[in-house]
Amino acid sequence: MLKNYLKIAFKVFLRRKFFTFISLFAISFTLVVLMVAVSFLDHVFGAQPPETKLDRTIGVFHLQMKSPDDNNTWSSPGGYKFFDRYARNLPGVEIMSLLTDTFDGGKVYSYLDGNKIESYLKHTDGEFWRIMEFTFLEGGPFTSDDEKNANFVAVINEATRKKFFDGQSALGRTLEVDGQRFRVVGVVANVPYLRTIPFADIWVPISTMKTQAYKNQLLGGFNALFLARSKADFPMIKEEFQSRLKQVEFDDPKEYNRMIGYAETLFEFMSRPLTNSRQEEPAKVGRALATIFIIMILFMLLPAINLVNINISRIMERASEIGVRKAFGASSWTLVGQFIVENVLLSLIGGAIGFVLSRFVLRAITESGFFPYADFQLNYRVFLYGLAVAVFFGLMSGVYPAWKMSRLHPADALKGVAR
Amino acid sequence: MTSQATASTTSANGAQTSTANMIQLEGIEKVYRTDRIETVALSDINLSVRAGEFISIMGPSGSGKSTLLNVIGLLDVPTGGKVSVNSKPVTSYGDKHLARVRNEEIGFVFQTFHLINDLSVVDNVEIPLLYRKGLSGAERRKLALRALDRVGLHARVHHFPSQLSGGQQQRVAIARAIVGNPRILLADEPTGNLDSQMGDEIMGVLKGLNDDGATIVMVTHDPRQSEKTERIVRLFDGRQVS
Ligand SMILES: Nc1ncnc2c1ncn2[C@@H]1O[C@H](COP(=O)(O)OP(=O)(O)O)[C@@H](O)[C@H]1O
Ligand SMILES: [Mg+2]
Repeated sequence: MLKNYLKIAFKVFLRRKFFTFISLFAISFTLVVLMVAVSFLDHVFGAQPPETKLDRTIGVFHLQMKSPDDNNTWSSPGGYKFFDRYARNLPGVEIMSLLTDTFDGGKVYSYLDGNKIESYLKHTDGEFWRIMEFTFLEGGPFTSDDEKNANFVAVINEATRKKFFDGQSALGRTLEVDGQRFRVVGVVANVPYLRTIPFADIWVPISTMKTQAYKNQLLGGFNALFLARSKADFPMIKEEFQSRLKQVEFDDPKEYNRMIGYAETLFEFMSRPLTNSRQEEPAKVGRALATIFIIMILFMLLPAINLVNINISRIMERASEIGVRKAFGASSWTLVGQFIVENVLLSLIGGAIGFVLSRFVLRAITESGFFPYADFQLNYRVFLYGLAVAVFFGLMSGVYPAWKMSRLHPADALKGVAR
Repeated sequence: MTSQATASTTSANGAQTSTANMIQLEGIEKVYRTDRIETVALSDINLSVRAGEFISIMGPSGSGKSTLLNVIGLLDVPTGGKVSVNSKPVTSYGDKHLARVRNEEIGFVFQTFHLINDLSVVDNVEIPLLYRKGLSGAERRKLALRALDRVGLHARVHHFPSQLSGGQQQRVAIARAIVGNPRILLADEPTGNLDSQMGDEIMGVLKGLNDDGATIVMVTHDPRQSEKTERIVRLFDGRQVS
């Protein structure tokens, strides 16, 4: 029977090329949009090297100081002094790391044979390399001792090795960045630009900064990362961090006397603008997720509704066919079965096209170089979800009207009466 | 299981061929109700058709002929009365059971042919066989070609209906009606959309099928065609007048 259904389905598809085309287009287009969106989210937030322990990592990406009368707010990445003094030894934290915010003044220049080279520079401690799992192409990370002794050592990425050393082994060689000379101790695979926490071209110890002023700043330039023993410790860490905020001694309490901030996941932090949650309140992740979800659903709903419409009119048009088939012995369920097969088949073909298109589009985005070092991957699990949704809509839109129609008396169906 | 059930009915029938009616209608009533109006399409129709009979139903337009034929063919349910097909009390049957009776016992020919335009001629003729278990694709094809042969359509079996003349389309429709070898053939103005020469040809085909044992009920308002049948049932305003 299935074979007959499939044969009938193919004949119908071929005879109704326009409907077939529109349906396939709607399904595959929806899937492509979904896949690109998911891939983007995955690319920014998903656990992938070097952030393999993302599920146990939270951080402090932003802080605010408030004046006593609340009229003045100083908003910035945290300061080294604050983190060093108040954020260490939080319970449940296995490793804490401090690092500069690459996007907060991390852009530096070098001059090589008269050419200006632009790079992103990040200052980190030794612990950074224990939280992150970089892929080392040569050498290894610098250590806490390097940081303590202010050794001028650097880890560079592959692209930088190419620029400075023509892709040759860079180990032990020096490069000049922003007027400082560093010895290369390791070369790592490129980290995508959109992986905002680890991203840089060159990583060097914090202590090699040109001035030591950072050691006295409560605010400015730094992020903190906390690798928890387990995700279950997050609430405890967050709570303890809040109590540490209250212990801060301000340089001039008349000017600023309150520190506001949160230990949170990058997703929580990034979701703030989405939910309009201000710095003073905890991130509303649930709402952010819901918002993203709703946006995605809305985006998918449009083609889905179209698909449903097309399907319904396609089936209405076939009222007389349903009547004929019933008149010659098809039971209602047999007809419903045929429409199920038709719709599932159509959805699957649309899915296959969507799969190929998604890979193509993601490859195109990756290769466009618009997002440096990006590698947009197809998320197979989400693809299957998307396909399931497509099949679901196909079934709903195809089978429900078919079921209604198949319950008509053949005489009514033959007249094309659909009620 | 299907064939067994059919076989036992056949033997039970064979023993009492003379008395058994192929079609039996008792007190059939059909009322169409819409929001505003109520149309009585049939009222108190009592009709028996013996196995092997060829009868015609006549009457002016709107007198209920199609409705009656649809009731006999199980395409529509009467609002009152009892229908038996080949001694089966089909009035009480559910969807699945009805589908099987339609498939095995009845072949329908419509005035407007009702061929599926998306399917080729031979695919159209195969339709009743699709809903019969245990037939391979090759067997279906063979039976369909044989049925087309019987109605005199040898070529053009891979054409689509729209590529055929009216007479040819009606032949395809008849082939579809007889492909499953039903005992009852119901034809609703089969010659109504054809010129008289083609009409005569179609009548010839039906007559041949009747000679081969088919019970035929034909709706027509062409006296020339009804004369060729054994008995004429006349309807007027949903009532049987003879
Ligand atoms: N689906 C329907 N809804 C309402 N009235 C109908 C319907 N089908 C037929 N009728 C009415 O029933 C009567 C008989 O129709 P029909 O059996 O088609 O007549 P005939 O075939 O003799 O021309 C007509 O008055 C017609 O308008
Ligand atoms: Mg009629």
